[in-house]
Amino acid sequence: MEDTPMEYEETNKDTEVAPALIAVHPTQNSVAVAIGSDLRVFDLLGGWAVSLVDDSGGSLHKDSIRAIRYGASGKLFVSAGDDKLVKIWSTESWRCISTVCSEKRVTAVAISKDGSYVCFADKFGVVWVVEVEGFDGSQPSPNKKAAPMLSHYCSIITSLEFSPDGRFFVSADRDFKIRVTVFPRKPLDGAHEIQSFSLGHTEFVSCLAFVCTQEYPQGFLVSGSGDSTVRLWDISSGSLLDTCDIREKAGPLEFKGIEEECCAAVTDLCTILDSTLVAVAVQSLQGIILLRCDLSARTLNVAKVVSIKGDTFIPTSLATSVSSGLLWMVTGASNLGDFQSPLARVRVVSDFMETGPDPTVLEDDETPGGEKLLGKLQGRVSIDEKVFLTAAEALKTSMSKLLIKKQYSTEKREFRKRGRNDKKLKQ
Amino acid sequence: MLENKTNPTHSKSTGLPRKRFYRARAHSNPLSDSHFPVPVSPSHVDYSTHYPQHFSTSDQAGSCKKIQFADIGCGFGGLLISLSTLFPETLMIGMELRDKVTEYVKERILALRVANPGQYQNISVVRTNSMKYIPNFFEKAQLSKMFFLFPDPHFKEKNHRRRVISPFLLDEYAYALQVGGIIYTITDVEELGDWMKACLDNHPMFEALPSEELEADPVTKLLSSATEEGQKVDRNGGQTFLAVYRRLAPSL
Ligand SMILES: C[S@@+](CC[C@H](N)C(=O)[O-])C[C@H]1O[C@@H](n2cnc3c(N)ncnc32)[C@H](O)[C@@H]1O
Repeated sequence: MEDTPMEYEETNKDTEVAPALIAVHPTQNSVAVAIGSDLRVFDLLGGWAVSLVDDSGGSLHKDSIRAIRYGASGKLFVSAGDDKLVKIWSTESWRCISTVCSEKRVTAVAISKDGSYVCFADKFGVVWVVEVEGFDGSQPSPNKKAAPMLSHYCSIITSLEFSPDGRFFVSADRDFKIRVTVFPRKPLDGAHEIQSFSLGHTEFVSCLAFVCTQEYPQGFLVSGSGDSTVRLWDISSGSLLDTCDIREKAGPLEFKGIEEECCAAVTDLCTILDSTLVAVAVQSLQGIILLRCDLSARTLNVAKVVSIKGDTFIPTSLATSVSSGLLWMVTGASNLGDFQSPLARVRVVSDFMETGPDPTVLEDDETPGGEKLLGKLQGRVSIDEKVFLTAAEALKTSMSKLLIKKQYSTEKREFRKRGRNDKKLKQ
Repeated sequence: MLENKTNPTHSKSTGLPRKRFYRARAHSNPLSDSHFPVPVSPSHVDYSTHYPQHFSTSDQAGSCKKIQFADIGCGFGGLLISLSTLFPETLMIGMELRDKVTEYVKERILALRVANPGQYQNISVVRTNSMKYIPNFFEKAQLSKMFFLFPDPHFKEKNHRRRVISPFLLDEYAYALQVGGIIYTITDVEELGDWMKACLDNHPMFEALPSEELEADPVTKLLSSATEEGQKVDRNGGQTFLAVYRRLAPSL
């Protein structure tokens, strides 16, 4: 036990509940959903469900997938998670072209802007890098070994992101910290030069995104946190430009069960491309909050709240493509107990005009790909309402177990100390 | 707190706190999460409680001085006390993980301030895990010296990542140090000395200080003599291994 930091001790069933994830190809050629160990891809160009081909020697994922991501050019796709495997896929053939083994569970992934490196973070806070070289999509490349690139000392890394110009690599952790590192020419030798730390959050940082426009091509970073805020940063200095308290501005009525405990944690962020809008998913909010980021004034404000009528749809993950102007959302959780299959429900929002009508949540028959897509990504077309509530509860518990620091009472802490081997041996 | 005469944990003759009342476990596990307040960012570090004479509340303009020396794992504080009078204008802080040891150093500094009016106003101590929270205390390029004297050796290979000098942690130290700033390390454990030297040699942002400079530096002789651990090693006639490196500008 001595070697196990307290934060990793719990292998409780609750923490095994993984939220559903969604990713969209940059030009909306395909959409991917991960739920538990299951990776589901729908090809929107062809209008068919993709069957993944994995002949890299391994099998598909064996445990919950914690991160999925398309590369900026759309050629590569990466999936990784609790089975300690990082799988790199060609999006043309949907073959797994490389499987990288991690020593620890993987919590986040990113692909460099030029598509030549895949970075992933493990549960001990180390970010690893592998080179994706000579990639032609048809030939599986030999399975590679990753090199350690940087580390957040023993903290769970929650999100990784490259800056729009590819110069900086940003990593966020559960210890309220955002690190901005210069992405080096030879990342396999490590990324040693820290540009800044963006400090200001008072709870775990859950998600990162960049807002950039033609006037500001270098972009500004936005981050979401368990402290119920979204913050705007200048990454070259690490200065905090603005803080938007989600709870205060969106109005308390929108939140389900807010009074029980703090459950307005920001769970995901997504920039609506070609605009300065940021979509925000909040634990317990049935809908999304749209923030407007004014880059010349360096401010971040709530533009509107888009609520979702009908099902208890609390999005767990958000994604957009460059071209379509659609926001894809998924809600769901793996492991809802013995008798239920995992939940995944996909919804799409359209019409993010600067002026004019409010964005609309598309009905299932208006969703690109229609029933065929929903059948593939959700695993079924219609879902019983009760399942949503069960999933929302399970996710809330699992997230706070994983990311919120336990406040042990003094007695409990003493008790824990007494059980420790290092103390027993020495005294 | 300053009424030493009534304080049974302090020596009656010197007014200084007595070490035996502040005994603590020999080693702390830097990986476990303890509960002490951590400043949200360097601008949240309350200088007026650490250095009241330099940052008196009545002085509206206030001092804009920043901490420049950090003694990481300062133990009982011997180095800070020696440096305090050698660099009276420089603010310095000790970082220590063990709470009892930190309390002892706090009391020791307060007692020295009382016994020597006007002196020891530039040193302080904070209880924290330096492996996790350096960026919360110091801005980029804020420090000119960092000290790592007789750090815990963590012999077992699987515990090497607990070592306070490691390839990854050096990135953070390079961030906190200004270009030209100096990192001082010393140990009596040869294996650890080799390890620290290798980590620093392999890091692109550090270079070894030439021996002439090392000899001319007034701090060098304090490394083996000023701290409690150094004195213990010296009493036992132990050998010490020094590695002193300068922070370089990164070559891109
Ligand atoms: C062997 S002692 C040396 C103390 C002092 N430098 C001396 O030379 O006497 C090492 C000290 O580092 C402290 N320490 C270990 N890990 C630490 C960490 N992560 N942050 C702060 N202090 C730490 C220990 O509590 C211990 O007091």
